[in-house]
Amino acid sequence: MSRIRSDKEDIVFEIITVFFLTIITIAVLYPIILVVSSSFSSPLAVISNQVKLLPVGFTLKMYQMVFKHPEIWGSYLNTVIYTVLGTTINILFTALGAYPLSRKDMFGRNIFTGLFVFTMFFGGGMIPSFLLIKNLGLYDKIWALVLPGAVSTWNLIIMRTFFQNSIPLELQESAFIDGASDITVFFKIIIPLSTPIIAVMVLFYGVGHWNDWFSALLYISKRAKYPLQIILREILIQSSTQDMSGGSLSDQEMIGEGIKYATMVVATLPILCLYPFLQRYFVKGVMVGAIKG
Amino acid sequence: MVQKNMAVGKSLITPVPKDNKLKKIKKGLYKSRYLYIMIAPVVAYYIIFHYVPMYGAQIAFKDFNPFEGIWKSPWVGFKYFIQFFKSVYFWRLIRNTLGINIYGIIVDFPMPIILALMINEVRNRIFKKSVQTIVYLPHFISTVVLVGMLVSFLSPRSGFINGIIKDFGGQPIHFLSEPGWFKSIYVWSGVWQNAGWGSIIYLAALTGIDPSLYEAAIIDGSSRWQRLIYITIPSLIPTIIIMLILRMGGLLNVGFEKIMLMYNPVTYETADVISTYVYRRGILGAEYSFSTAVGLFNSVVNFIILVSFNALSRKISETSLW
Repeated sequence: MSRIRSDKEDIVFEIITVFFLTIITIAVLYPIILVVSSSFSSPLAVISNQVKLLPVGFTLKMYQMVFKHPEIWGSYLNTVIYTVLGTTINILFTALGAYPLSRKDMFGRNIFTGLFVFTMFFGGGMIPSFLLIKNLGLYDKIWALVLPGAVSTWNLIIMRTFFQNSIPLELQESAFIDGASDITVFFKIIIPLSTPIIAVMVLFYGVGHWNDWFSALLYISKRAKYPLQIILREILIQSSTQDMSGGSLSDQEMIGEGIKYATMVVATLPILCLYPFLQRYFVKGVMVGAIKG
Repeated sequence: MVQKNMAVGKSLITPVPKDNKLKKIKKGLYKSRYLYIMIAPVVAYYIIFHYVPMYGAQIAFKDFNPFEGIWKSPWVGFKYFIQFFKSVYFWRLIRNTLGINIYGIIVDFPMPIILALMINEVRNRIFKKSVQTIVYLPHFISTVVLVGMLVSFLSPRSGFINGIIKDFGGQPIHFLSEPGWFKSIYVWSGVWQNAGWGSIIYLAALTGIDPSLYEAAIIDGSSRWQRLIYITIPSLIPTIIIMLILRMGGLLNVGFEKIMLMYNPVTYETADVISTYVYRRGILGAEYSFSTAVGLFNSVVNFIILVSFNALSRKISETSLW
């Protein structure tokens, strides 16, 4: 008897859940679709709110203009360099830190762990860090963008958990018996077996570097060294103080508004391309790290 | 490894006079020597980029002169802290920082949880995966692009939100110039961007729930709603508490990068928070000691809140960070 009643309740339950999830998914997707559609639409259509879902007045002109914009490409290249260099350093340092901490037989393990974790909860602040970079002579240098964030303690813990749980201790032990040192074990056993977590770290750190603008704001003053996000900021946000004055838009301003969307797409494209490939890795990675860490 | 452990085990059985303790330490250090070599650059990193600035934070108590350096700069005690407390902006900053953060917690802390619960209940794998794929996506959009979207969508002339308002015969709203709108825009755009990603941790915790609990409940004739309330949610509470503690620890640390991109002098009244103030006075204005004092105040209060919440949580539930 009660089972029949539960079935009806259960169906209603499922319908409601699916309904709300669908609404949420649409709400998440709509702005993104709008941006993409607007990037392929004529500026006039964009300005006059004709673009509701699909492109209106399909044109590739906005993208052409973006491609011709010299500073976008210069800063794009900069960002690629910063991201590749930065992520490499990140993975190296994080792994070198995570592996020793994953070894329960490491003498003083808790001291090191405490040293690292404490920094998650307390820090010197923006100004002392800024002064440090200046004093180290790193201002306006690529190192200022890549070194201060070399290790994210959160990621370190995730990696440590992975090493502890997913790499069989027997494998390491037999290597030790065969005479291998910790360093050999690290490079010959741990790293090759760590592809999933490294993929996760590449995604996390890589996206962090790609999207980073504040470090550059603080530490870089030469335009030629600006990363993409700073240029984006100028195009997308700072230029639109003109927009606030009301009144009709000139052609120039109209195109300026239309270009924004193409710029947004171009700037986010690499991440969007990487995203489907890495999705299966990172969800698992966060899960492994989060529950047990 | 097995042999090494046995060696340690031997010395633990016999009583340990001081001489042996030193030997034990030396032995331990020697055994782990390669691990130390490996971890050395990481330790150097933390010391240089995290602990040195902590040491440098003492300029909050000095009249810091960049040319004299930290040592030679004169000690002024709490002068700059008092200056901050007495400042015209003090209450505004506290109000905004706390306000935005509390508003944020009330709105965007529950969202990932609810989302995770809903996703977890879906049985169709394809639908489940699609929802997850879509919902994680905004997290990867950069803050600059996100605020750029806000600027464009909320524009009084050409934004689609105002387009809808105009279609209904209303007057366009200058969203980003109205102090009253700031907090809401900030918080809700944050939900859009991060609720999906934030649900991952909860989904992970949900996979850890013992299936036999559900099986027993099904046999007892429970509905899915009942199972949700009596099994799923209670199992999630430890994770929720931990996340809440972490969130509280950042109470005074509102995501100021986004604020900095979103605000302008017109909206300082509700948008200016402690960190943005530190940036303006410290980096732009080069008032190093004063702004360090403000920043230090921020960090210390955060820390106290974090520790308090953790202690509170340890007393009430059994869950805590440490």
